[in-house]
Amino acid sequence: MNYDISSILILVLPLLSFIGLALFGKRLSPCISGIIGTTVLFITAFLAIYTAYEYFFAVGSQAGTYIPHTAIKFTWLQFNENLSIDLGIVLDPISVMMLIVITVVSAMVHLYSIMYMRGEDRFRTYYAYLALFTFSMLGLVVSVNLFQMYMFWELVGVSSFLLIGFYFTKDSAIAAAKKAFIVTRFADLGFLIGILMLSYGAKTLDFATLIERLTQPGSAHLASMTACSFLGLSTLSWALLLVFMGGAGKSAMFPLHIWLPDAMEGPTPVSALIHAATMVVAGVYLVARLFPIFAISAPDVLTIIAYIGAFTAFFAAVIACTQTDIKRVLAYSTISQIAFMMFALGVSGWGEGRNEGFTASMFHLFTHAFFKALLFLGAGAIIHAVHSNEMKDMGGLRKSMPITHITFLLACLAIAGIPPFAGFFSKEAILSSAFHGNPLVFYVALVTSGLTAFYMFRLYFKIFWSKAAESHGHEQEHSHNHEKGMWAMNIPLMILAVGAVFAGLIPFGSFVSADGKAIELPFHLAFSIAPVAVGLLGILIAASLYKTKNDRPEQVIEAFGRAYRWAYHKYYIDEIYLFVTKRVLFNLVGRPAAWFDRNLVDGMINGYAYITTTTSEAIKPIQSGRLQTYSLFFLGGVLLIAVLLFVKFL
Amino acid sequence: MEQVPLSHVLILSSILFFLGIYGFFSRRNMITMLMSVELILNSININFVAFNKYLYPHQLEGVFFTLFIITIAAAEVSLAIAIVINLYRRFNTIDIEDTNTMKF
Repeated sequence: MNYDISSILILVLPLLSFIGLALFGKRLSPCISGIIGTTVLFITAFLAIYTAYEYFFAVGSQAGTYIPHTAIKFTWLQFNENLSIDLGIVLDPISVMMLIVITVVSAMVHLYSIMYMRGEDRFRTYYAYLALFTFSMLGLVVSVNLFQMYMFWELVGVSSFLLIGFYFTKDSAIAAAKKAFIVTRFADLGFLIGILMLSYGAKTLDFATLIERLTQPGSAHLASMTACSFLGLSTLSWALLLVFMGGAGKSAMFPLHIWLPDAMEGPTPVSALIHAATMVVAGVYLVARLFPIFAISAPDVLTIIAYIGAFTAFFAAVIACTQTDIKRVLAYSTISQIAFMMFALGVSGWGEGRNEGFTASMFHLFTHAFFKALLFLGAGAIIHAVHSNEMKDMGGLRKSMPITHITFLLACLAIAGIPPFAGFFSKEAILSSAFHGNPLVFYVALVTSGLTAFYMFRLYFKIFWSKAAESHGHEQEHSHNHEKGMWAMNIPLMILAVGAVFAGLIPFGSFVSADGKAIELPFHLAFSIAPVAVGLLGILIAASLYKTKNDRPEQVIEAFGRAYRWAYHKYYIDEIYLFVTKRVLFNLVGRPAAWFDRNLVDGMINGYAYITTTTSEAIKPIQSGRLQTYSLFFLGGVLLIAVLLFVKFL
Repeated sequence: MEQVPLSHVLILSSILFFLGIYGFFSRRNMITMLMSVELILNSININFVAFNKYLYPHQLEGVFFTLFIITIAAAEVSLAIAIVINLYRRFNTIDIEDTNTMKF
């Protein structure tokens, strides 16, 4: 089979699955529709692996360089002879890598949801939404055109909104869905303005042409976009910064991160798919897609990205240490890990020996997708068994949930960066590139990876070891196996655990790099001592505090005092947003605008209506219904004309 | 034999015409109003025939017009009678004053 066709099928199958389930789902039994959705996704995943195999090992490379391959492309909307919106599929190392990540994780989540969501009223709708999301995310990564990416970007936003608000009878879910939609939509406004600025400057929306025109030294388009500057940044930098704003919204970078923790109101498999593995890395992917422009023509923006990423990584890790809701810990951990990918791109440069940050970022994206999806699915299994999100309701679960326990442990080791698990290799690569690119970022990242190990093992020990004193009475209840008969939930955990353990052994640098040429990811044993030591230290502290029930955590909390309370309340960022929107914007902008709307705009319309009404009230008695009165008017008219004619011709 | 002058005929048709107008506005009975309309039409017919006879005695257009008007008048009367019957069925009267529901 031609791999063009298989790449088209990868997109078409989930779309068909969505349309089929959305239109005819009501006629199928829930179980059948779940199986259909899962089967389609498994086929898609196999097609994706096939495509990746063909691309990486058979036809993708020419003379050692991976070149983008356009599988299909057609013009969707032609603005003028230069500017058009095309739809199509482009295969290059990062999009093929993303195809694998999305389809595999999505297939796992589909399979897992058959049992996790069993008995839900809107089971079929859930599968339709999942298929819609998968389709849009796949469309996003294979975009040939900046605007096509924007369209799919909004589609993933919508499907994320629908899935966060899946339990739409719960007030908190509705609020979370709205928050996610509004925050990302606000960021996408910046993205759209950035797109318009780029397309105005480069006179194209096509990725390949755009990158070519804005990176070649001496090109007229590049010169025109760097000619004038505002606040020290050129037009091009502003455009890229606005594009990054869209990416920051989707990828939950500070200060647009507030929606992601709340998005955990959605079903847990959805969090695993959308808010851990795929959609939230769209921002990283966007920066990676436009990376040559960033690296060659606007390195100042990359520096900003590096600092925002490093700050977000640290900030989210600190908050993650204090949260008690296991999904929220994972959400902040996700923010922190995505920020790792972001600043890895930020510290990267262009050219031989300087662009390993790009590869490191994509590598971390790849491995993170596996272990974070695994963590979320494991958390889902725990929530399913305990019926609570709070850590205090758990503890000592390692006996009753052995498979979940082992896979969760593997994922924790992976995210903590302990060799030889997947996270170790990618995090090493990121830290190494940060060390060479920007030492300040490197030290922040080093501390953050220690925090990562700490909060992950805090979570692990609290769930699986530390047993709350009062739960001794329920020992009988806990001792039975929660996992019996849950094969559809256990199999994805095991498959993803394989990924979390072995994904790091892939020689990623020989497949994915900024310019398509294979690079060797640096790996020095001496260098990795510090990160691993920091990680082990974090684990040890977590073990000493949380492995058995004791009062040391309370003492630590006491010792930190206000710092703990601030972190526990997420640094009051939500409150600041509420203050700014509710108090400031609402009073200063919203109310005057509402007054203007009610009094001037509506007043004008009401005035027209009033005038029309009174006039018609005044003249309506003329229509009396009396035939003879009408005829009298008629006669009067005729006589008038007769008199006029008489006067004229007299 | 001396001819009747044109003005006499015109006076006759004018009298008929204004009789018709008067009847149309003063009568409340729909049948009578219909008859008044017929009077108006017939006065016009007399005019046509008279002008044809006195001004262009070798042509026949006026007479043809008269024939057309008579035909149309017949059609119009049959329609009007049908309407009057329907009104009578609905309102149980053919008084024009009582059938004034088609208003604002």
